[in-house]
Amino acid sequence: MQSEPQAIDRPLLRSGAGRSDAREVRAQNLGDRAFYLTARSLASCVILLALLLIADLFRGASEAMGKFGLGFIVGTTWDPVARIFGTLPTIIGTIVKAGIGLLLAVPISIGSAVFITFYVPKWVRPLISYPIELLAGIPSIVFGLWGLFVMVPVIRVVQIWLKAHFGWFFLFNGPAVYGVGVLSGSVILAIMVIPIVTAVSRDILLTVPRLQIEGMLALGATKWEAISKVALPYARVGLVGAVILGLGRAIGETMAVTMVGGNSFDLIHSLFDPVHSMASQIASEFTEATYSLYVSSLIYVGLVLFGITICVSLLAQLLIWRLSKGKVAIFE
Amino acid sequence: MTAASAASFRYRFLRRKLVERCAVAGMFLCAAVTIFFLVTILGYVLYHGAAAVNLDFLTALPLPAGETGGGIANALIGSAMVVLCAAAMAVPIGLGAAVFVNEFPSAGFGRFVRFLAEVLTGVPSIVVGLFAYALVVRPMGGFSGFSGSVAYAFIMIPIILISAHEAFRLVPDSLREASLALGIPKWRTILRVVLPVASRGLLTGVVLAVSRALGEAAPMLFTAFGNPFWNLNLGKPIATVPLLIYTYATGPYEDWHRKAWAASFILLVVVLVASVLTRAFLRGKSHG
Repeated sequence: MQSEPQAIDRPLLRSGAGRSDAREVRAQNLGDRAFYLTARSLASCVILLALLLIADLFRGASEAMGKFGLGFIVGTTWDPVARIFGTLPTIIGTIVKAGIGLLLAVPISIGSAVFITFYVPKWVRPLISYPIELLAGIPSIVFGLWGLFVMVPVIRVVQIWLKAHFGWFFLFNGPAVYGVGVLSGSVILAIMVIPIVTAVSRDILLTVPRLQIEGMLALGATKWEAISKVALPYARVGLVGAVILGLGRAIGETMAVTMVGGNSFDLIHSLFDPVHSMASQIASEFTEATYSLYVSSLIYVGLVLFGITICVSLLAQLLIWRLSKGKVAIFE
Repeated sequence: MTAASAASFRYRFLRRKLVERCAVAGMFLCAAVTIFFLVTILGYVLYHGAAAVNLDFLTALPLPAGETGGGIANALIGSAMVVLCAAAMAVPIGLGAAVFVNEFPSAGFGRFVRFLAEVLTGVPSIVVGLFAYALVVRPMGGFSGFSGSVAYAFIMIPIILISAHEAFRLVPDSLREASLALGIPKWRTILRVVLPVASRGLLTGVVLAVSRALGEAAPMLFTAFGNPFWNLNLGKPIATVPLLIYTYATGPYEDWHRKAWAASFILLVVVLVASVLTRAFLRGKSHG
């Protein structure tokens, strides 16, 4: 701090360096230079980490990739004893669970977002949106615990009822008494994805120009007509982005799905079948993997999972950015 | 106007009004469902958890499987250590990168880093665990608390980077210009003007990242691994709260289930208090 008074009457511009006290200015430039390089290298660290992640996954998966190639993705047998690994059932399990989860979550999320943005007076808004943010902050393991002990017993009753009355329908013709399975996994994913999709949709709906809606209202439209004919079409691209963002989260979600998804390696035939998702397969098998091909296969699964989520999240970013021009920050 | 057209006009008007009502009711229901889930989850954790928390639970070690009693003190300390170590790695990288992105506008590079950070928030936590396993556990030859910290740091960096960047953006340029006009070098301007002004936002980001990491169980499965005994050495396997909840919840004992609820209760209290505090902290600021 002592050097500050002298610093005041010193020109910062480099062009003035020769005329003023050259040594001090050089020292100052050196400080700036060093600071710039430090910041730049820390920023490079982020890129380095991302590259390391990809490299590590490829290196870890190389043994399984060499042995099974792309056939791993379409293989339907996962047999550690026979040393044959193929992960199609879990890929399907993951996508089906995430898909049904989103089908349940999207109407609720967008409905909530529209309600918060357009129907609630400004001072009430935080009273609704803050609890939704809180829901987003609950750790996935707590969802899993709640799901396992509270939700699964309820779903089990529903499943048994559905099977008894609509068992002729192939989706309901499965092992209903487990409780854990596709349906439980989907419902817990829906609950977990709702807050994220709601929060991002709300931020996107807030970017709809107020004048457009007011113009519609002035023409005599009801509020819902203004929203459904002006606001939603305007925000469409961003809302799709929000949904895809939720899809990415649902596909990568681990602990809760491990606990309520029912962990089986067989192809699913009904809504009640227990099945692994890719993340839960890694979570529950990894520490039991006794030989290197087994470990490598699980890392291969991780690589496939990583590839899918990255594609999905890139798409979401692109759509959201296009609409908000970077104004919406996406993280919980 | 004939009676017929008046009637049809009236009918149309009523129908539009009805649609409006239904839409509002539907949307209200959506918001209510969301809040219902929050309330039931919080309620159950509170109900089951608070009953099982006592002094012993907080200060004792776990007893052998199947015996009733004991506590999770080692996991509480373990979680704190692993997360602190992670923060020590993630905060400098996250903040430094955010400074670079916001204060040194460069063509493409800075924006790419920011974009990458947003993509990295979408990496599944289990994949982060695999990464830490391949990067640290395998070369070191065994599970360790430190490898858990690496995984947590990977999760925290993008969160810190993004929220710090947002905080820096809110610092008015006039402050920077005033400082620079006084002849103060850019690096001191950043350290002594920009950072202090943005400090609330920065702190919020760090707390957010820490509370996010505290609850992550998936990356701990094959990094920190868990440990039923006291361990203050990050080079060895170490117990963490979220992983302990997983182990206890999926275990066969009634007492373990009670402990899982109690541990969730503690985890939730920490996470929610952090969230409420940061919110109170940001109040008075227009945006965080």
